[in-house]
Amino acid sequence: MKNLKTIVLSNQEISPGYFRMKILAPGYSQLSKPGQFVMFRVQCSLPPLLRRPFGIFRVGFMPGDCEGMPAKEFIELIYKVVGSGTEIMQGLHHGDPVELLGPLGEGFDLGNPAEEKILVGGGIGLVPLYPLAERLVENSRVRLLMGGRTRDDIIVVTEFERLGVGTYVSTEDGSLGEEGLITRVLERKLDKYPKSTVYACGPMPMVEAVQKICYERGIPLQVSLEALMACGVGACLGCVVKGVGHTEVEPRYLCTCTSGPVFNAEELDWSNAKVEKMETGGCK
Amino acid sequence: MMTSGEKKMPPKMAVEIAGIKLKNPVMPASGTFGYGEEYAPYLDLNQLGAVVTKGMSLNPKAGNNTPRICETVSGMLNAIGLQNVGVDAFIKDKITYLEQFDTPVIVNFFGNTQDEYGEVAARLDDVPGVAALEMNISCPNVKHGGIIFGTDPKAAFAAVSLVRKRTTKPLIVKLTPNVTDIQITARAAEDAGADALSLINTLTGMAVDVKTRKPRLANTIGGLSGPAIRPIAVRLVYQVVQAVQVPVIGIGGISRAMDALEFLIVGAKAVQVGTANFVDPNAMATIIADLEEFCRGEGIADINDLIGTLEL
Repeated sequence: MKNLKTIVLSNQEISPGYFRMKILAPGYSQLSKPGQFVMFRVQCSLPPLLRRPFGIFRVGFMPGDCEGMPAKEFIELIYKVVGSGTEIMQGLHHGDPVELLGPLGEGFDLGNPAEEKILVGGGIGLVPLYPLAERLVENSRVRLLMGGRTRDDIIVVTEFERLGVGTYVSTEDGSLGEEGLITRVLERKLDKYPKSTVYACGPMPMVEAVQKICYERGIPLQVSLEALMACGVGACLGCVVKGVGHTEVEPRYLCTCTSGPVFNAEELDWSNAKVEKMETGGCK
Repeated sequence: MMTSGEKKMPPKMAVEIAGIKLKNPVMPASGTFGYGEEYAPYLDLNQLGAVVTKGMSLNPKAGNNTPRICETVSGMLNAIGLQNVGVDAFIKDKITYLEQFDTPVIVNFFGNTQDEYGEVAARLDDVPGVAALEMNISCPNVKHGGIIFGTDPKAAFAAVSLVRKRTTKPLIVKLTPNVTDIQITARAAEDAGADALSLINTLTGMAVDVKTRKPRLANTIGGLSGPAIRPIAVRLVYQVVQAVQVPVIGIGGISRAMDALEFLIVGAKAVQVGTANFVDPNAMATIIADLEEFCRGEGIADINDLIGTLEL
């Protein structure tokens, strides 16, 4: 956990409104676990004032600058342009100075290798599921169910396929894959593979629907939540969610940044679950 | 200015507030630094002038619903609602951690009633690791207590007087900017026995999501902090310094040494850094180093020589 002053390596639009940014990040291959996030800042820039949280999509190595030089470690973020912060981010180029605070938070539990794994991603919520899939495929059968409003929201699915993950796509307008909500696909898959563990990240209505389905069937579920954050380290208490058993008299608030962003579903209070969508749409 | 041949003495950075010796005039603002340990991975707490903890109440407090924060132009609104573990849990679990550092610990606290203020102060009175108390009479985000004591000078006088009787620790009173004449509340707090004043707490503000037409905070109204409020804070510190004898700690939108210097020059003896901690966990270390560098560059041997040197 540290603040790293570094540079952008590349920043490309991969689907309308979705960008993929590669950032030089020494140490991250050792430090980061699937499901963790970074607090990203454009160095010396104001606005935006606050850092933005983003889930880590991928950690990798690229060749050194010339023959004999050590390989360079990088991380990749994927973000959707939705507000003032991400609007500034989309204009960044190779060499632009940025800061990463991280890797932060609690990541995914890889669970029992013998069980089948089903990943459910909605839009940008797919991001933290990729490093999870990288690890899960080592020991388990993994399926990805990916939902979006339109085909533009279906991103990087082919990279999951390259890992050997079986992928199933649905869009609400039917422009790609099956027409309808991804939770319908989930129900069918769980009918067929009832011994699965489910991992989900996406818009809150999707996550809530997945929780309901898994709860009713007694299926273990881990969710990665989005939240507005100022600090990312448990100090500001801006990103809290209600834990199970929360009452006004005996509050049980959990910081999304330090107790999450990944939670076991049974840790949380789902009675009137309401987690605000991050302005940036970047899931962590 | 010294020539290169002379031996350069590092400038003296220590200041004293209400009998507490600070290595330098920089400390975090309550509520932006947790209980200290959250930032320890990023910042050596030994470097700081003091640590100021999240506000404590008699009983644990849940805080407000979410969303609790939103960014605004050069600032942020928050309505956390003073979520905290309660004073007894703080004494039991949190203070021991901070005792390992060679840095005074200032415990911020608040109450819903005068008696609660008094009771919290009393419980902290014999805790050895507590160097001073900072009494919050200025939180805009809770229904009861807090700001009512800060906006009504009579209520402020009564509450501070009562706390004064219940504690032997140095007492800092944190003032709200959300008043017509801050000099009146400042004098009321001083007359009631405050050893120092700190200001400003956040300015009340509001932001609206124009698509949903809902307030961007669940609490509707919140407190504005960050660089946007700095000129207002500098003005208020300047006015309070004119009105009272006790030392003043300047707070409001400080992100860099240059910002801190404005407060010192208008007469603040120390400063608190708030929102900037969220942006850069190392912000205070940078500010401390740059303050020293500024003094060196300007030939100032002791930072106290800079305090209250505004040229009019």
